Amino acid sequence: MRVKIIVSCVLMMLMYAGVQAQVKHKAKPKAKHATTGLAASIAKGKTVYMQTCVSCHQVDGGGVQNMNPPLINTTYVLGDKTKLITIVLNGFNESVEIEGNTYSNTMPSHDFLKDEDIANVLTFVRNSFGNKAPAVTTAEVTKVRAAVKKT
Amino acid sequence: MKNRKFITVILPLVAVCGLILLNALKSDPPLKHRNIADNAGLTLPAGFTGTALITGIGSARHIAVTPQGNIYVKINKLKNGKGIVVLHDSGDKAEVVSSFGDFAGTGMYIKNGYLYASSDENVYRFKLDAKNEVINPEHPETIVSGLISRHEHEAKAILLDNAGNLYVNIGAYSNSCQVKDRQKGSMGQKGCPILDSAAGIWQFKADKLNQHYSDGVRYATGLRNVMGMDWNYQDNQLFVMQHGRDQLHDIFPEIFDQKQSSLLPAECLYAINKGDNAGWPYIYYDQIQHKKVLAPEYGGDGKKAGGENAIDPAAAYPGHLAPNGLLFYTGNQFPAKYKNGAFIAFHGSWNRAPEPQAGYFVVFQPFKNGKPDGQWEIFANGFSGSQAQTESGRAEHRPCGLAQGADGSLYVSDDSKGTIYKITYKK
Repeated sequence: MRVKIIVSCVLMMLMYAGVQAQVKHKAKPKAKHATTGLAASIAKGKTVYMQTCVSCHQVDGGGVQNMNPPLINTTYVLGDKTKLITIVLNGFNESVEIEGNTYSNTMPSHDFLKDEDIANVLTFVRNSFGNKAPAVTTAEVTKVRAAVKKT
Repeated sequence: MKNRKFITVILPLVAVCGLILLNALKSDPPLKHRNIADNAGLTLPAGFTGTALITGIGSARHIAVTPQGNIYVKINKLKNGKGIVVLHDSGDKAEVVSSFGDFAGTGMYIKNGYLYASSDENVYRFKLDAKNEVINPEHPETIVSGLISRHEHEAKAILLDNAGNLYVNIGAYSNSCQVKDRQKGSMGQKGCPILDSAAGIWQFKADKLNQHYSDGVRYATGLRNVMGMDWNYQDNQLFVMQHGRDQLHDIFPEIFDQKQSSLLPAECLYAINKGDNAGWPYIYYDQIQHKKVLAPEYGGDGKKAGGENAIDPAAAYPGHLAPNGLLFYTGNQFPAKYKNGAFIAFHGSWNRAPEPQAGYFVVFQPFKNGKPDGQWEIFANGFSGSQAQTESGRAEHRPCGLAQGADGSLYVSDDSKGTIYKITYKK
């Protein structure tokens, strides 16, 4: 009986330690100060996000009920890059339905942001809040901006 | 030897097991289990009891309570195709009696034998029988139709007075009447055209069917958006709570930092006379400088005063708390200081990020002779669930509508989890 208790306790201890280790492991890359590539783009994008996007889409990317759509795990964010870049450049003035909830607030145009800033902030959003999607490059934003201007 | 093993091996294991167990027990018990023990999660003044009568009924907006103990709840998102839920309050819990009305919306008010309800475009009414039950739920009468509803501030709060008038809030379809709504640096439209058909309170006849804009009177203007309104019978006057403008920093970062933007402008209580102008979009009220400040869209710098023709607020509250319900308490159940004072349901902020969010509580504003008298206080707090949930804005419950029962109990709706709370007092 005592052996059983000890064994189960040891197992629980190991599981607990495992969970702790995972948490620690996950937290590690954040602490790193990257200067190049994806990590650098995400870091720069976060600065843009905290200045320009956060008041509506919130610190956790979860948006505001009935008003500002969440940026977590939606095709608007994770899907077609051209559509996503166009929303940032032109703004968005239609009601959006995501998972049965409707969001109706006006999103203004953010064409005042530089191409590089838009690329970085979208890369940040596509790789934060549990999202995982390929980066958006400055060249892609430049191309969409040129196309949007023509129409 | 055996003893030593106990200390070095078994004791630490027992301690670890104990810690794990404690951790597991820490999470809060579900709502119904903590209901009676801790006022349904609410913090209230001494002597008051909070009860969650029911939960999960949908996005419960404004509410009306009958002397027979029925609660009519307006639902903002149709549930099973219905937009009004009828509950019966049996004391410490409520049950769904029925649901009807094929329109979503916010407004809900009982007056002169009718239940009035609003969608985002129309106002309807249903005739009530002697027991205040709806006689013909399938066939409402249309009182007003065709009101503006364009993406922002769509909800139509409603109120009736004793003189046969219906008051309807028509919110501005804009934040601050910029040429480009919410656009960084975009200036205000000259002679804001929104004011002709929105951003005010319109007065209609309570018993005339099929009215349109042309049948109504713009009773008050320069009100960006109003959800909470009530009639004060001490000085026979309309009072409204305005939702102040958003995003001072996002739009004019060179004038306002994020901290200022999270605190300003005030959410204002206005005492309204026919023809009053509260000043939106040209000014906002700064509760720290105690003055009407010219909006940056119209040349303001955060300091310049403005709005010489606009009325002053009767009282001002911190920014962005989103007042969604206003009720003058006329009951006798609560202590004397509450009589004829105002309860205000603050839905809670979103426009303070990245600064901590605030609100998610019901405030009491003392009144004397029909005017605010003394400092407001938080009456019911704890809707959000925790301080962390308040600050992140991820509140569990969000207070929205208020109603007073025949026995003087106060009812509060939550449009997030669909909970109806009842607050009572015992000496």
